[in-house]
Amino acid sequence: MSEDKVEQAAVVADEPSPARLIGTLAIAGLVSGIIIIAIYLATFETIKENKARELREAVFRVLPNVSKMQKLLLKEGKLEVSYKEEKGEEPIYAGYDDNNKFMGYAIPSDGPGFADTISVLYGYRPSDRKVIGMWILASRETPGLGDKIYKDAAFVANFDDLAIEPPIVATKKGKSKPNEIDAITGATISSVAVAKIINKGNDYWVSRLPEPGAEPAYVEVETPPEAEDAQAQ
Amino acid sequence: MTQKDPKLLIQPGPQLRQQMTTPVVMRDVWYALTPATLAGIWFFGLGAFLVLLACIAGAVLVEWYFAPEEKRGYFLGDGTAILTGWLLGLTLPPALPLWMAFLGGVVAVGIGKTIWGGMGANIFNPALVGRAFLLATFPIAMTTWTAPGDFFTIPSSLFALPLMTGVVDTVTQASPLGMMKFEHIDTPFIDLLFGNTSGSLGETSGLLLILGGIYLWWRRDLDWRIPVGIIGTAVIFSLILFMVDADRYPGPVFTVFSGGMLLGAIFMATDPVTSPLTRKGTWIFAIGIGLLVVLIRVFGGFPEGIMYAILLMNAATPLIDMYTQPRVFGRELDQNE
Amino acid sequence: MAKEQLAYDEFMKGLWRENPVFVQVLGLCPLLAVTNSAINGLAMGLASFFVLLGSSILVSLFKSYIPKQVRISCFIIIIATFVTVVDYTLAAALPVIHKELGAFIPLIVANCLILGRMEAFASRNTLRMSVADAFGMGAGFLFALVSLGAVREILGVGEIFGFALFGANFEPWVIMILPPGGFITLGVMLLYFNWLEEKKNKIDKQLATEDGVN
Repeated sequence: MSEDKVEQAAVVADEPSPARLIGTLAIAGLVSGIIIIAIYLATFETIKENKARELREAVFRVLPNVSKMQKLLLKEGKLEVSYKEEKGEEPIYAGYDDNNKFMGYAIPSDGPGFADTISVLYGYRPSDRKVIGMWILASRETPGLGDKIYKDAAFVANFDDLAIEPPIVATKKGKSKPNEIDAITGATISSVAVAKIINKGNDYWVSRLPEPGAEPAYVEVETPPEAEDAQAQ
Repeated sequence: MTQKDPKLLIQPGPQLRQQMTTPVVMRDVWYALTPATLAGIWFFGLGAFLVLLACIAGAVLVEWYFAPEEKRGYFLGDGTAILTGWLLGLTLPPALPLWMAFLGGVVAVGIGKTIWGGMGANIFNPALVGRAFLLATFPIAMTTWTAPGDFFTIPSSLFALPLMTGVVDTVTQASPLGMMKFEHIDTPFIDLLFGNTSGSLGETSGLLLILGGIYLWWRRDLDWRIPVGIIGTAVIFSLILFMVDADRYPGPVFTVFSGGMLLGAIFMATDPVTSPLTRKGTWIFAIGIGLLVVLIRVFGGFPEGIMYAILLMNAATPLIDMYTQPRVFGRELDQNE
Repeated sequence: MAKEQLAYDEFMKGLWRENPVFVQVLGLCPLLAVTNSAINGLAMGLASFFVLLGSSILVSLFKSYIPKQVRISCFIIIIATFVTVVDYTLAAALPVIHKELGAFIPLIVANCLILGRMEAFASRNTLRMSVADAFGMGAGFLFALVSLGAVREILGVGEIFGFALFGANFEPWVIMILPPGGFITLGVMLLYFNWLEEKKNKIDKQLATEDGVN
């Protein structure tokens, strides 16, 4: 206890020079910076892998029978395979089966839900113009009601085989047409929001996609090249 | 003051004794509510009566438990807890499990009144706090409306065990407001007037609620400006919308007689604790509720708006009171500003 | 021996007598925001615990080298470093929980509880006592987060740490997982703690008067 008092007294008596103040902060900042860089480098690969795996799982979920995927970017009206991470990019993903046959696109889209923005990824098959799967990437809908848009398997199954023309409609009276989905009881707004978000994605993408049959082929890459290499190719 | 049977009564002024004490007013409100309540029970059966009793039991239990021991008799005697439970019960679906109704009563008095310091200190109408809690907590059970049915049939959903879901076995039916909002189906006026529609217990019989209001006005327990202001504003606002597009917006008659409009305007918004004190303030309060009800009903996500309208204006009441204080006589205008 | 006793005392002070949440009412922002399930409360509590312990050790070790004019900046640099470490580690090891907690991990920097302990305790006491204090306060905060999360999860979804408790017919109290549920639960818990305190004071008083009579 007595040593505490001595130290406190020392601190009070001491009137440090500005150089000492700046020096202390500089050292603290430097050490902190080194630690942060170290932990960043140590975890970078794992975090990147986690994100990539999450995306891959979502794509495989909305596109049945797909085992490979690649990212596509729209460049000057043409869809091109891309490996590069770009700021503000709006990618879609193409899915292929074991024989590298094109199976469909996974298209991200978002829009306002009941509580906050809902981010949706949905599978689209251009050959018969149908939605073939839907998965919610992020939402803050009311737990127990609105969150059924991803927790209720029956609602998610609505999107397994859904015509996109005329635009998708959420109905409360039982679906009877190929473009209708059953709204969740008590969460009509969330259900309608999902339908609207998919319609929004379709409005943008369907006209910009290449003719069925002309989809980009799967590019076999052993190890995904770094960003610069991809650009060079 | 505590003398029993005093020969000479000594007390400070004012010596004029007011007949209108809290218990007297509460009794008046009970009488005014009775016809509409009986009608509701007649239409929805004994089950509805049990829901009402569960609410009152929850409300009274909390009032009793948190009252200071020596004042328990007085706290319960003034009848406010019973009235809170009663009003809450009138806003609930008749097939709501009893444990939920009981919980609503507990929350209404506990969170709506007791934690603010008891009667007179609360900001929000306690019955509506209870209802808002129930609506946010059990959104499905609170929006499952049953059609009026046989008097002696009690829906089995009432007896769901605590924490468990009540399975509604009677005929469910969308309330007139829900049908209007989601399917644009109108309900005949005569059914709305007498209450033979689905809905909550006290939301249904417009005519008897108005009679109750007139009784309260005649007994001078009620500030007529509030119900008149609310209903008048709602009528004018909905008439304008109705004239703009009669297919999309409900007409003024439907607006007034459907849902909890009359119950809220006559029995809840007029709560003297949570409404403004000044005349000007009262008009602002009433017009605000009227506008909000129509706005929420027509443009909002909920079919019914009276509850949130009243709660929002309750929150604005202290502010309204502050800005509508009359100028003290003899004081300069600029000094006051 | 005496020192041992004192360290234990500091620990119990943080965990119970001066519990950061229930008695000092500190750190409510993360508390209300992430406790919609017990597991989220546990993760947040452990993250804060780690940050508090690490910062306490460093601040206590270097207290005589840090000039008092720049002490708050130094504390913040130390705390922020630990928070960043926790943030990246969680993102790498437990991505699901990291996504749930979202912005609230970086916001630990702004938790007044942690800076408060640095200023009020770690910068003025020995390493040993600071560690005891950090253990106590960290455990107290963890206890509050987990108990709040547990109550909200039990009523709100009928589960505890993801295990269903009541069977299929359970009616969830939706409000409990929404923000109002956090406020209501915290209010009821504060009520309970104050009631305990009052009861204890009454008993102490009674004992004191009885002693006086004897």
